[in-house]
Amino acid sequence: MTGSPLIRALDRVGVTFLVLLAIIAVAVPLGNLLVPPSSPLHVSLYFVSLFGKYVCYAILALAIDLIWGYCGILSLGHGAFFALGGYAMGMYLMRQIGTRGVYANPILPDFMVFLNWKELPFYWHGFQYFGYAALMVVLVPGLLAFVFGWFAFRSRVTGVYLSIITQALTFALMLGFFRNNFGFGGNNGLTDFKDILGFNVQSAETRSALFAISVAMLGLGFYICRAIVSSKLGKVLIAIRDAENRVRFLGYRVESYKLFVFTLSACMAGIAGALYVPQVGIINPSEFAPGNSIEAVIWVAVGGRGTLIGAVLGAILVNYAKTTFTSGPLAPYWLFVLGGLFIAVTLLLPRGIVGTVEHWWKGIGPKTRGNGVAPAGVADPHPAE
Amino acid sequence: MRALYGRLRALAVAFGLLLAMAAANAQSFDEALTGFTADSFSDTENAIGAVARSGNARAAQVIAALQDGRLFFDPDGKKVYIKDKDDRLTDAATGEAAGAAPADLRPVRLNNRLRRAVEAALGGLSLFAEDAGRRFDAAQAVFRSRDQAALPALESALAKETDPGVKTALAEARAAVVLNMSGASEADKLAAIPVIRARGDQDSVALLAGLPADTPAAVTKAANDAIASIQSSLAVWSALQNAWYGLSLGSVLLLAAIGLAITFGVMGVINMAHGEMVMLGAYTTFVVQEVIRAYNPGLFGYSVVIAVPLAFAVSGIVGVLVEQGIIRFLYGRPLETLLATWGLSLILQQAVRTAFGPTNRDVGSPSWMSGAFDVGQLTITYNRLWIICFSVAVFVGLLGLLRFTRFGLEMRAVTQNRPMAASMGIRTGRIDALAFGLGSGIAGIAGVALSQIDNVSPNLGQGYIIDSFMVVVFGGVGNLWGTLVGAFALGIANKFLEPYAGAVLGKIAILVLIILFIQKRPRGLFALRGRAVEA
Repeated sequence: MTGSPLIRALDRVGVTFLVLLAIIAVAVPLGNLLVPPSSPLHVSLYFVSLFGKYVCYAILALAIDLIWGYCGILSLGHGAFFALGGYAMGMYLMRQIGTRGVYANPILPDFMVFLNWKELPFYWHGFQYFGYAALMVVLVPGLLAFVFGWFAFRSRVTGVYLSIITQALTFALMLGFFRNNFGFGGNNGLTDFKDILGFNVQSAETRSALFAISVAMLGLGFYICRAIVSSKLGKVLIAIRDAENRVRFLGYRVESYKLFVFTLSACMAGIAGALYVPQVGIINPSEFAPGNSIEAVIWVAVGGRGTLIGAVLGAILVNYAKTTFTSGPLAPYWLFVLGGLFIAVTLLLPRGIVGTVEHWWKGIGPKTRGNGVAPAGVADPHPAE
Repeated sequence: MRALYGRLRALAVAFGLLLAMAAANAQSFDEALTGFTADSFSDTENAIGAVARSGNARAAQVIAALQDGRLFFDPDGKKVYIKDKDDRLTDAATGEAAGAAPADLRPVRLNNRLRRAVEAALGGLSLFAEDAGRRFDAAQAVFRSRDQAALPALESALAKETDPGVKTALAEARAAVVLNMSGASEADKLAAIPVIRARGDQDSVALLAGLPADTPAAVTKAANDAIASIQSSLAVWSALQNAWYGLSLGSVLLLAAIGLAITFGVMGVINMAHGEMVMLGAYTTFVVQEVIRAYNPGLFGYSVVIAVPLAFAVSGIVGVLVEQGIIRFLYGRPLETLLATWGLSLILQQAVRTAFGPTNRDVGSPSWMSGAFDVGQLTITYNRLWIICFSVAVFVGLLGLLRFTRFGLEMRAVTQNRPMAASMGIRTGRIDALAFGLGSGIAGIAGVALSQIDNVSPNLGQGYIIDSFMVVVFGGVGNLWGTLVGAFALGIANKFLEPYAGAVLGKIAILVLIILFIQKRPRGLFALRGRAVEA
């Protein structure tokens, strides 16, 4: 293989995907802002926000696929990093409300006035600046992941034990954030946002801009993940996934590799959360719920783990199904469908949709395409676990 | 002869005095009763006191009737009546049936102050009751009310008392009254303090802290010393109470987690639907109780006993079906089993929600599991006591199963080294299915126990699944003792942290401690060892 991973990441599949994303990033906002409502090509504001939400979920799915599909770390608590990034953005947005809140206090958000707090807690200082908030979006989940991962990987907690511990982590965070005196809005969360960077959060232009930024972030995240897994680092990660002990005996510091990719994945999840919050308009502690994190894992499983595109596809498909079911008369059956999806995917479709397609393609490939070398960056998603 | 004549005269005088007193009492009792007919609170209050002091045999009945709202008066005839449970009227003064009810019969009204006076009066009157239990309650009532007017009655009751428990209560009541009386001497008050200190509960602290302002300094100092010593002993009792709660929580966690530990040990899979097996057991109890309520209410006391094997069967069968239908095909892929069982838990929850509704269902406790008793300052409830005994019994039963039966032997073999066990001729597939069924069955039994102390709803399982995981992670899966130690340790630690940090922070602290603990022992307390164990 030639060239740096940054070039190798831009293989045929990668470039196609990025171009597709670029088209969507431009077409959807145009469809909303320029095309008149009467035309069939018009994209309503509702759909712009909805797809924006899906895109944020896709970024989260990418983050999970990076550590699960390529490194074998099944984190059932990634929703915690997503929610932490969301809260950081939410805190910035709350500070921006200023005197337009219900209690019209220039410094304190409404819920603090309601709780009779006299001054801003120390951890809220600095969130009136976007730069600081953006830094926190990446730093807080990253730091938590770093500390947690350092303890966990160093003591060689793997497999099921690790998954359970990550579940407990997000559960504990959920319990904490639900408390009203934690200073993060309690069970109501943070909401009623007015504007972001001076632009009205509700307006069509802002929503389109947020959508475009989300798609851009998705593309960037995809590119970075692709670059990582096409590099030597990626090879080591796949080796860790398949046979961790052997990699350790070969001399690689397995803990360091895992820690790096886990922290990076947490930062990505935090960014996803931060983009999610202004588009949805609220962040509350139920985002920390263990069930949310496990659902995120199933997006990756449905789409195909170990193929980054599969993660994106799975996130969008499953969430689209969820929206369809839960906003219609079929709402009570959604949990049956979701549960059935879990069981069906693990039993019948272990490679996921994209993984199965690739498997067929590779099966056909060597006979028609010659050397049968797998495209760069795509790992065989048939783990030894 | 003169001596005899003198004694006879004394006797006659005494008798005459008694008669006069009786007449006067009767007179004062009648006069007191008319106080009720004025329909004014202050008159009623005086009347209550006068009736109580009158010493008339019917005084207790009248005041009891007043407390129950069964005392009526006729403003025209100035007579007071008692209405009994069958709505029959009797004359309060004479006790005879009143015949026809007068036209304008009104109840004697009470307000909160009068209620306290009634309680104090009843307390005073009950001091001489026949039943020792009633005398004890009366002494406690006076202790709380500190009514000075009850002092003479207390003194005479103390002199006559034979039961030691009641005597102590009367002495405490007397001490309480003395401490609050301005007329009592300093020596009396100083003597009263050790009596209160010996009682040693929260009420005593309140009493000693709330002495009137004119208390002498020496008495106040003695009182403060007594408060300090009572509080330190109360702290010890409080720690014991926390230990009790911890034991109770630990026993619940043990029941919930032991099935998980078994399946994880034998098969290496974490069953995320384990909480739902617990829920199924709880709902089985509910259904059993409904059936009993509908067809044979007399068996209600046995409902829990009947539910235990049924819940085991229901959850066990579901477990075997799950193993055969889902888990078997995911052999060697524990992470995917986790996901599949999570999906199963969603399905089970929604199915129960659809069948029984999303709200809590009412599961009652049989009479032998209700109520509580006190040991010192510790309150022990029967249902938790039974659950602790039950968990220990289940644990011992499982130990026996593992140690003494063929099935247990094969399960242990498969846990320790699956390929070798298979080579020895053990049908590992069958053991897997039966172990999963056993684990789920135990979860079902846990559900029966949980239904007694927790709400029965489709979300019941979710509340215990994380804690069960923590127990398994902490205790390790090599050994059932690990689960026992893990469950009780986590339960007690949780309950001890609670008063200081609150329930939520306590849970978070436990989680952090477990993560740190895992640094030292990544496989838990009682880990499996050997080359067969994947690193």
